[in-house]
Amino acid sequence: MPCHGSNRVTSIALQGVRLKLGTRVILADASLAIGEAEFIGVLGANGAGKTTLMRAILGLLRPERGRIEVLGSPAARGNPAVGYMPQSRAAIGALRLTGWEFVAGVLDGHRLGLPIAGRAGRAEVDRVLDLVGARALARRPLAETSGGERQRLLLAQTLIGRPRLLLLDEPLISLDPHHQASVVALVRALQRELRITVLFSAHELNPLLGALDRVLYLGRGEAALGSVEAVITAPVLSRLYGAEIEVVRLGGRIFVMSGSHDVERDAHQHDQHDTHAHDGHTHDHTHGEHDAGV
Amino acid sequence: MRTMAIRTIIPTVNTMLAYDFMRNAFAAAGVVALVAGAVGYFLVLRGQSFAGHALAHLGFTGATGAVLLGIAPLWGLVLLTLAGGIGMGLLGERLAQRDVAIGLVLALSLGFGLLFLHFYTAFATQASALLFGNILAVDIGTVWTLAALGALCLGTLALIARPLLFASLQPELAEAKGVSLRFYAVAFLAIVALATAECAQIVGVLLVFTLMVGPAAAAQRLTGAVGRGVLLAMALALAEAWLGITLAYYTDWPSSFWIAALSASAYLLAVAIGR
Repeated sequence: MPCHGSNRVTSIALQGVRLKLGTRVILADASLAIGEAEFIGVLGANGAGKTTLMRAILGLLRPERGRIEVLGSPAARGNPAVGYMPQSRAAIGALRLTGWEFVAGVLDGHRLGLPIAGRAGRAEVDRVLDLVGARALARRPLAETSGGERQRLLLAQTLIGRPRLLLLDEPLISLDPHHQASVVALVRALQRELRITVLFSAHELNPLLGALDRVLYLGRGEAALGSVEAVITAPVLSRLYGAEIEVVRLGGRIFVMSGSHDVERDAHQHDQHDTHAHDGHTHDHTHGEHDAGV
Repeated sequence: MRTMAIRTIIPTVNTMLAYDFMRNAFAAAGVVALVAGAVGYFLVLRGQSFAGHALAHLGFTGATGAVLLGIAPLWGLVLLTLAGGIGMGLLGERLAQRDVAIGLVLALSLGFGLLFLHFYTAFATQASALLFGNILAVDIGTVWTLAALGALCLGTLALIARPLLFASLQPELAEAKGVSLRFYAVAFLAIVALATAECAQIVGVLLVFTLMVGPAAAAQRLTGAVGRGVLLAMALALAEAWLGITLAYYTDWPSSFWIAALSASAYLLAVAIGR
């Protein structure tokens, strides 16, 4: 089901949105609508603003102009119907807490008091762990889990409180192709089963092919939303990258090339390099800068 | 054999506790250990141990400054660690975790502390007591002050524990859910500051790590659950503090040394068991 009519219920609606991060324009004047229970792949070069757009949808960043509506009301912090998986930080992998405790750390996290889960809270944690098939691995300390296992626990954490919209920021980063495929398949299955809307940002389109309904491609202050066939084309991407782009389809995979370079693959490697260089120094609020890095 | 051992231990414990200063020492160390264990657990979880260490050094400046002004050192300690903690929190987590900035604050505050001591030449022993603690000099009034401050620390920590845990584990998510990272960073460092001032009374500013970080780090090695971890950290800190004082009583070596030695041993043991 690649394309959707306008009569569907809207999960996210942008109307004339101008969004800036510092002095950089992320969106100049964007209007778009994402329907209920759509799986949207969010793509774009480093610094195109994938994280920034998610932060705006979460209500953490106000657009300069225009409106962002989320599930029928203006974007605002603390919306329980929105689940969010931030880009994974290295610090999580060093924790001695078990996966179960880590997931449970989110329960009613905005309320004062002792972090002791009641019967309902424990049942909720078990429920989301079952959904991602991580009940057994959640007994181990986080420090003893692999990147793929940690990603599943993080995914479980976003499902706490039965959200209707999931924002997943780069869940595939630093995973090998095999684990990338299993994370994408898991998110797709959950998205269908629970009928939730998913925004899934990634560096590369290929791992998402076959799972996504539509693509949201960001670049140079513009956003192109549509089917893979409509968006991943030389004219659209050349506009978004501001350079001559060639799209090569090869054996069910799509390569976005500028000259002789694979643009997406280059971006990915840059980012990995970046992440390592900053390890231990960049902490909580650096995603914006991180994106801006290249 | 066992009953004989008990028969010899009980009378010696009785004589040990016959002294006022020993009873005060146990009471003060008990209060402080419980506070340090619980606060330390979150300090280690948030990766801010070094910030705690720097706060203790600020306390040294505060204490020597207070002595110079003729005020009780404890209040100088409390005042300056509290100001430092709130300051660090307001400057943001990124600065609070930056080791160069913390290291500079740490060195500068020791320097000022030394200057204040220089002006107040009569107290050479004061310096050693502040740096390494003098548990046997704690009077009953101080015990009550420590108990009141300790209750304030633990009470506030219990109140903010859930959002603090959330903000520590998943800051971006917590922020999205409406939790103010800044507020909890400041509130927590204020609690750490009070706990640090308390610890400095027992083991001195240089060895605050032994009660704040050692037991908490060991507890995190031994259990992956938050609740159990906090209780275990408190229990370990209490055991280390009391056992340290007892060993000091029998060996006549400084109690701070024993507590530091026990704290390090407990951590190494936990690492060995935990894997």
